Amino acid sequence: MSATTGAGPTQAPKYTKKDFESDQDVRWCPGCGDYAILSAVQKSMPDLGIPKENIVFISGIGCSSRFPYYMNTYGFHTIHGRAPALATGLRVARPDLKVFVVTGDGDGLSIGGNHLLHLLRRNVNLTVLLFNNRIYGLTKGQYSPTSELGKVTKSTPMGSADRPVYPVAFALGCGATFVARTVDRHIAHMEETIKRAAAHKGTAFVEILQNCNVYNDLAWNVMYDKEQRLAHELRLEHGKPLLFGPVDDRRALVMDGLNPTVVSAKDTPADRLWIHDESNANAAKLLADLFAPDYPVPVGVFTAVNAPVYEEILMEQEQRAMSERGAGDIAKLLTSGDTWKIE
Amino acid sequence: MTEPAARAVATPKPRRDLDRAVVRFAGDSGDGMQLTGEQFTIEAAVAGSDIATLPNFPAEIRAPAGTLFGVSSFQLQFGSQRVYTPGDHLDCLVAMNPAALKVHLGDLKTGGLLVVNTQAFDKRNLDKAGYTSNPLDDPALAERYRLHKVDMTALTVQAIQDLALDTKEKNRTKNFFALGLVSWIYTRPLDSTLEWIKRKFAKNPLIAEANTRVLKAGHAFGETAEIFSEHYQVEPAEMAPGLYRAMTGNRALAWGLLAAAERSKLPIVYGAYPITPASGILEELAMHKRFRIRTIQAEDEIAAVTAAIGASFGGAIGVTASSGPGIALKGEGIGLAVTAELPLVIFDVQRGGPSTGLPTKTEQADLMQALYGRNSESPIVVLAPATPGDCFYVAYEAVRIAVKYMVPVMVLSDGFLANGSEPWPIPDPSTLPPIDIHFRTEQEGFFPYLRDPATLGRPWVRPGTPGLEHRIGGIEKQDVTGNISYDPDNHDHMVRTRAEKVRRVAQEIPPTSINGPATGDLVVVGWGGTYGAITAATERAQLEGKSVASVHLRHLNPLPPDLGHILREYRRVLVPEINSGQLVRVLRAEYLVDAVGFNRVRGLPLATDEIYEALTQLLEGQA
Repeated sequence: MSATTGAGPTQAPKYTKKDFESDQDVRWCPGCGDYAILSAVQKSMPDLGIPKENIVFISGIGCSSRFPYYMNTYGFHTIHGRAPALATGLRVARPDLKVFVVTGDGDGLSIGGNHLLHLLRRNVNLTVLLFNNRIYGLTKGQYSPTSELGKVTKSTPMGSADRPVYPVAFALGCGATFVARTVDRHIAHMEETIKRAAAHKGTAFVEILQNCNVYNDLAWNVMYDKEQRLAHELRLEHGKPLLFGPVDDRRALVMDGLNPTVVSAKDTPADRLWIHDESNANAAKLLADLFAPDYPVPVGVFTAVNAPVYEEILMEQEQRAMSERGAGDIAKLLTSGDTWKIE
Repeated sequence: MTEPAARAVATPKPRRDLDRAVVRFAGDSGDGMQLTGEQFTIEAAVAGSDIATLPNFPAEIRAPAGTLFGVSSFQLQFGSQRVYTPGDHLDCLVAMNPAALKVHLGDLKTGGLLVVNTQAFDKRNLDKAGYTSNPLDDPALAERYRLHKVDMTALTVQAIQDLALDTKEKNRTKNFFALGLVSWIYTRPLDSTLEWIKRKFAKNPLIAEANTRVLKAGHAFGETAEIFSEHYQVEPAEMAPGLYRAMTGNRALAWGLLAAAERSKLPIVYGAYPITPASGILEELAMHKRFRIRTIQAEDEIAAVTAAIGASFGGAIGVTASSGPGIALKGEGIGLAVTAELPLVIFDVQRGGPSTGLPTKTEQADLMQALYGRNSESPIVVLAPATPGDCFYVAYEAVRIAVKYMVPVMVLSDGFLANGSEPWPIPDPSTLPPIDIHFRTEQEGFFPYLRDPATLGRPWVRPGTPGLEHRIGGIEKQDVTGNISYDPDNHDHMVRTRAEKVRRVAQEIPPTSINGPATGDLVVVGWGGTYGAITAATERAQLEGKSVASVHLRHLNPLPPDLGHILREYRRVLVPEINSGQLVRVLRAEYLVDAVGFNRVRGLPLATDEIYEALTQLLEGQA
């Protein structure tokens, strides 16, 4: 191994979005929400300050998982559901790399749900972007694990019989240390959220509400339609009260006993307001289940906390083993312990 | 390109067959060792073994407890063939107290099974036996023997906690725990002993119940602790001079990886999910972090293989291991490594199947899975060690081939090799062939699927290398550029290229070694853990003047280039396997030879006798 195979220059050159565009034709359906996400990710990259040869995108299978082909970084389009496991192995081999996992609701929460669970609890230092369009797109329109109960699709002509999983609640339940939600049509918010996630130490999980205009158009219309969005979008901001709704009908989210409750903002005394605290993962769990029409739809960072990072612990153990007993020596090991000579 | 002189090849050694086991129960004269031995003798006889026994007890009716002269023992030898003596050296020693260990340990073979009752190793008993410290705490004991420390007293009392017996009465049944355990280890049925208990204690149902329960508890413990037997052992008759140590197959696989990590100067990332009989490799590797072995106990088998692939993508050596059921789960992942053309080493420690099958019994029935057990055309290299010690060389060789050809390599070990221990001549690691690692760094003319003309391997690029950013994946790609391609002719070309790359590994295979005449009436062809039994059976036939040779394959895919020619030099070809005929089908298909299988799938190693009988029959034209 020569020195040139190392992590490359530590100081990243000044990049533009264009530096992160690969020469491959993008093959998503016209009008797909993935285009906006790709653009937001490419636009966010220069701000990370990381040399692009040190960035790796790992994906599984599904529409979202074509993502690495379009990024001019290192990339690996793997097998269905297994990107979190593969990325874990990559991080253990190469803790110097910046790793992104791109997945979808089917890839990440159905076939790969188990791997996502263990990635999050291990707190491997990487960023997960989960594109949630509540449908199987690549296989042409079967319901997904995030589809609403009773969803009528090709595989469920009389409606689906299984209740959906909520990605944010799932991630928090797995012990995720950074959980956020953003929307494919809110470009600035998406970029801001991706950048914050990328800066987090540990597994950063971002649910991106994404439109599949072919098989599940406007599944997130509550976030697209101007009026509905105005009524329901709740921007989570650390240290600020949970307020939402139009200026003339401002609403506040407060706790009534153990229940989150929507009240009129102007009638609520300041000391009753729920101040968002990213360091409080328990509060985040209460927010995770809220959704329109009865509740606001929280977007932004639900929680961001510090916890031990899996591969850092492994590296620390390796370093300790080497400093305490020296680097391994197979010749010594072979002749150590109980040996005997035959003349 | 190849270094024929320096290839990793195990030293062949002469062997004698020993299709039998010598077991000794030893304890205090009050521990009921004679009864235990007698009952086990009956069980073994019922199972059809020939037997010779050697009871040995102190002259005193009740010698002082715990003393060396108070030790009572019962030894028996049982086997599938004629047994003339109780045996000289022990395959298994059950020591119920320190005095029994002290008196009898010298008779136990290196690598033999040592079962001790830990509770008896207290200060008082250690003093009486003349031990200044507890011998069970000496790591050398577990290195030289396959040590199982079992608190038989506590487990016995627990099994009969609710019975209205006093502590003394309860303790006294612990010999039946030992009997149950050893019966499990050697697959002897309990029925005769259960019958005996019923008869013997007909008037005391409480004691009958206690003995029955404790016997079954010992048996169940063996199953739960997954203790392997290996009573059909074949051992070298004479050992070449040199430095030796005891080596099990699992440890040898692990140490082979350590040697490969050191030589390649790369970290190894080992992804595994616990499974019998492969878990021992994970546990062994986890102790050697200073070799830069990074173990991941993954959430499942699929995560284990994909984590290893991720590591290889990152420029480390990715290794995963399992047994048959886990290998089945890894299939799609292995296919990804095939098409991504990344190095990957997979250990399959085979066990009885299908499904959960016989987790603690050995089998060779994963050969077809190794060769073909993935979707579509996904050829990989397949190697098989012949002995526990050979696992060291094969693990090392697997890494060397994987990184040289950018290809997955599967190693087929088995439960017998994994847990079997043999005296192993310690190699000089500097004589192992080099593992050359070339990470591509030049940007000029780079494509992800450019090929080395000799190996057809593609460039290995560590992410982090400036200017070589590229994407790979499971979708078919255009050769050279690596771009996604659905072109029919390109796919056909890639299928052939991936196969040819594996085929070229044949240039790494040394000339096949033939045990016996180069031409003759019969050649016995084997692979894997049947090496000892096949060699011994062949040598017995040769001593009788029969025109028989044997060939043992370490390379199962690709096969040795000279094999087809060799097989045609004999009138008949016999292929003994612990499966229903897998290699024999490959040989028939590959070489159009009329090879005949000898197949027993009993969860046990093949015995020399049965192979000898099969080859004799084939020679006489009866098969």
